[in-house]
Amino acid sequence: MEEINDGNLGQVRHVVLVLSGKGGVGKSTITTELALALKHAGKKVGILDVDLCGPSIPRMLSMGRPDVHQCDSGWVPVYTDTQKSLALMSIGFLLEDPDEAVVWRGPKKTALIGQFVSDVAWGELDVLLVDTPPGTSDEHLAVLENLKKHRVDGAILVTTPQAVSTGDVRREITFCKKTGVRILGIVENMSGFVCPHCSECSNVFSKGGGEELAKMTGSVFLGCVPLDPLLSASIEEGRDFTQSFPDSATFSAISSISQTLLNSLQTD
Amino acid sequence: MNRINLLGFTYLRASRKGLFTFYVQIKRSVDSKALQERQRQQMARGLPKQKPIPGVKQVIVVASGKGGVGKSTTAVNLALGLMANDMSKSVGLLDADVFGPSIPKLMNLKGNPELSDNNRMIPLTNYGVPCMSMGFLVDDVAPIVWRGLMVMSGIEKLLRQVDWGSLDYLVVDMPPGTGDVQLSITQNIPIAGAVIVSTPQDIALLDARRGAEMFKKVNVPVLGLVQNMSVFQCPKCNHETHIFGSDGARQLADTLGVTFLGDIPLHITIRETSDRGQPVVISSPNSPEAAAYRTVASAVVQRLQTVSS
Repeated sequence: MEEINDGNLGQVRHVVLVLSGKGGVGKSTITTELALALKHAGKKVGILDVDLCGPSIPRMLSMGRPDVHQCDSGWVPVYTDTQKSLALMSIGFLLEDPDEAVVWRGPKKTALIGQFVSDVAWGELDVLLVDTPPGTSDEHLAVLENLKKHRVDGAILVTTPQAVSTGDVRREITFCKKTGVRILGIVENMSGFVCPHCSECSNVFSKGGGEELAKMTGSVFLGCVPLDPLLSASIEEGRDFTQSFPDSATFSAISSISQTLLNSLQTD
Repeated sequence: MNRINLLGFTYLRASRKGLFTFYVQIKRSVDSKALQERQRQQMARGLPKQKPIPGVKQVIVVASGKGGVGKSTTAVNLALGLMANDMSKSVGLLDADVFGPSIPKLMNLKGNPELSDNNRMIPLTNYGVPCMSMGFLVDDVAPIVWRGLMVMSGIEKLLRQVDWGSLDYLVVDMPPGTGDVQLSITQNIPIAGAVIVSTPQDIALLDARRGAEMFKKVNVPVLGLVQNMSVFQCPKCNHETHIFGSDGARQLADTLGVTFLGDIPLHITIRETSDRGQPVVISSPNSPEAAAYRTVASAVVQRLQTVSS
């Protein structure tokens, strides 16, 4: 079993968790956009969606409900393109009914996540991004325990600027410190809304909370991503935002975050 | 296929073509209905018994399935809205979001709860609403890293070991997801109804739909759907932008056959007052945002009356 374990993650160069603590801050959105940005930068990327109750990634990448095939080393991840540059595994692919509610207690979730980590034949990947649900519970512990045998490069923390969010993310930061997960940086999402009509910037969800949190906890601040209706619409429709709106401020924010991330991974 | 009856077991043997496919069908001599009843009793062992919280007349859960759609903000303003609509009602607020307790911040409450004479925790009160949250029991920055079983026991304490006194309504702010907390609460106490909050975007509605389905599975009536962050009006030019899409929740309510309880706009005042711990229903009672919450509160009361009759 040990060999198979290493075999499946053995060719994955970097593993990055995308955490928050707070729900609805844009973990899945940021994971998807970072994955697309890295893919366009020529990297081979994988996304592991361990949000069993609310798997959003298949929808964001317009993946529909493909069959999941098995091979000798386990499940074959679903690829978004023929070049196999973006691989994805999510419980969304394993449910018979896409609207089915997954009402499971901890032990069952832990078991499935164990399988997702060790029994998916990822093959050769530059970066594996792990999208997590909000909180600090079974899913997070299961992911960390199963990834212990393989190295976790670190975690990106996503927050919105407002106090209710940063409060929860502070707890998540403590969680990372206690479990020995390196914090690669904090992303402040939904940071400011620019009115498409008059260009006035309104801080709907406040501003600066993420940056302040980074300073307070001594973490790297990766950048702000604005609240952009074009991004929400792209995500809704499963379109590639990085291809559709390469000139937007949102795109440059995401590119800069992905570049900073790559640099910090490569300096290891 | 040949059938052989041997010691009460029925075997189906392969056909004359030589295919050795064996099917074993176990046929018990007991009645299958009694068997099902026995199985049901065995499954129910180990599950908590559903007991109402003494003194609390009706429990309303505010849930979603999706994180960050505004459950806590809605729960807080709903509780205050229920009181604002009818001053004779007493309302309590229970923060069941064990991992990310937001109620202390939203209600501007801090500190450890004291114990009553019978060793129950006394809820902290602000704006006339007694509140209990995991946030009062742990440090601000401490993560609550609990597996499912601990969560079950934590939730039991929040439900049973709190001196709620006499309440007309107990509003429970649920965490996102459809897991241990939701199951523990629905199995532990009778719930009058669930309010599901969602933003208009499909990604949130997918999860809200799962949330609604979960409540159906555990026989909790769904009072209706609230569409939060429905539209943003630019403070400078008043141009309206549907940042998170438009009317998706209203359409989902139609599809699921549940009542549409109301629209709450994405207004900067709601966030500002939330961050300050002065919920908008209290701090700006004449604003359209406060009115929106009070509309939802009256719709909830109407639905409760329909559901209980």
